[in-house]
Amino acid sequence: MKRNLTVTGMAAVVLSLAAPLAMGEVSVEEYRAMLADKDANPGFLVIDQGEVLFKTKRGPKNATLEKCDFGLGAGKLKGAYAQMPRYFKDTKRVQDLESRLLTCMTTLQGFDASEIKKKTFADQRYNETNTDIEMLAAYVAYQSNGMKINPPLKHPAEKEALKVGEAYFWNRQGPMDFSCATCHAEDGKRVRLQSLVNVYNKNDVQATMTTWPTYRVSHGVARNMQHRMWDCHWQMRTPDIEFGSPATTALISFLTHQAKGGTYDLPGMKR
Amino acid sequence: MAEPMRIRATMAGDVADVKVLMNHPMETGLRKDAKTGQLVPAHFIQEVTATVNGATVLAADLGTGVSKNPYLGFKVKGPKKGDKVVVNWADNKGDKNTAEAIIG
Repeated sequence: MKRNLTVTGMAAVVLSLAAPLAMGEVSVEEYRAMLADKDANPGFLVIDQGEVLFKTKRGPKNATLEKCDFGLGAGKLKGAYAQMPRYFKDTKRVQDLESRLLTCMTTLQGFDASEIKKKTFADQRYNETNTDIEMLAAYVAYQSNGMKINPPLKHPAEKEALKVGEAYFWNRQGPMDFSCATCHAEDGKRVRLQSLVNVYNKNDVQATMTTWPTYRVSHGVARNMQHRMWDCHWQMRTPDIEFGSPATTALISFLTHQAKGGTYDLPGMKR
Repeated sequence: MAEPMRIRATMAGDVADVKVLMNHPMETGLRKDAKTGQLVPAHFIQEVTATVNGATVLAADLGTGVSKNPYLGFKVKGPKKGDKVVVNWADNKGDKNTAEAIIG
């Protein structure tokens, strides 16, 4: 049998393992380089699924989300995420991407928001696949890839959200008396080997905010900022923070404004 | 039903760099359902084959050590721009998937 094509060697075959093997310095660098390779980012599988979902007629009203207004006009997705959170006249409040998706799924498709809120995140402990809203958020956010973070700050409600968000960031709460600032207001902090973002360090906060939504390798799903907010609250042992609540959008407003000018590099991929 | 794959194939010199993302839960069979206490049956991609213009260039047996939504990257010497790469997988439950890409 004629074979004119050969695999250059088994060393060239790379499989993503459940955990990195030898943890020398060099292999950590290799692992990071692999994480940075967009062609190896399963987040794109989620974006593809989100696109199909976005354009599929669903819900009691049997409608797609193609007429959803993310702030730049109905159906205008390009660059919309880069200019969120923002004030929306129809809901009379500041909304981030995920809370806006919830609005559109309710108004355009007729879904019950309280039903959707019962299951907003895939549970990695059960090896679940992404929820609809996680897929949709990954898709819509990706339409702002390569653009600069530039949320508006004109409407009084937008200014208020930013201020409330920063105040909330410093507010100590919960059984362990933690605030976001306990972990995220100084350089060089970490939990075990996970380095933590200092949101008052421009480079640091931009590196974080430009890479969400992100594919979490340890979860096997794409996560969004709402999940990050919920997870941080869980880590502080507070009650579950409500998906898309004014508290989360204020916090996300603050974080997004801190990272203003950073260029979206989506989808991200993290451990 | 299997979700779509994603393939990217590009020439670098005389070597084609092929990168494949596969949608799959990759259940190990060792995980317990916390609600029922029962083991979740293994469900994983068992066989992957890749062809370039119909000739097999890679055949791999995968197991449960590979993570969810596997990424497979390999390099092949010889093909040209415009050649067709086809990737097939089959899992232990008999589900199959196939996808193709033109080398760019």
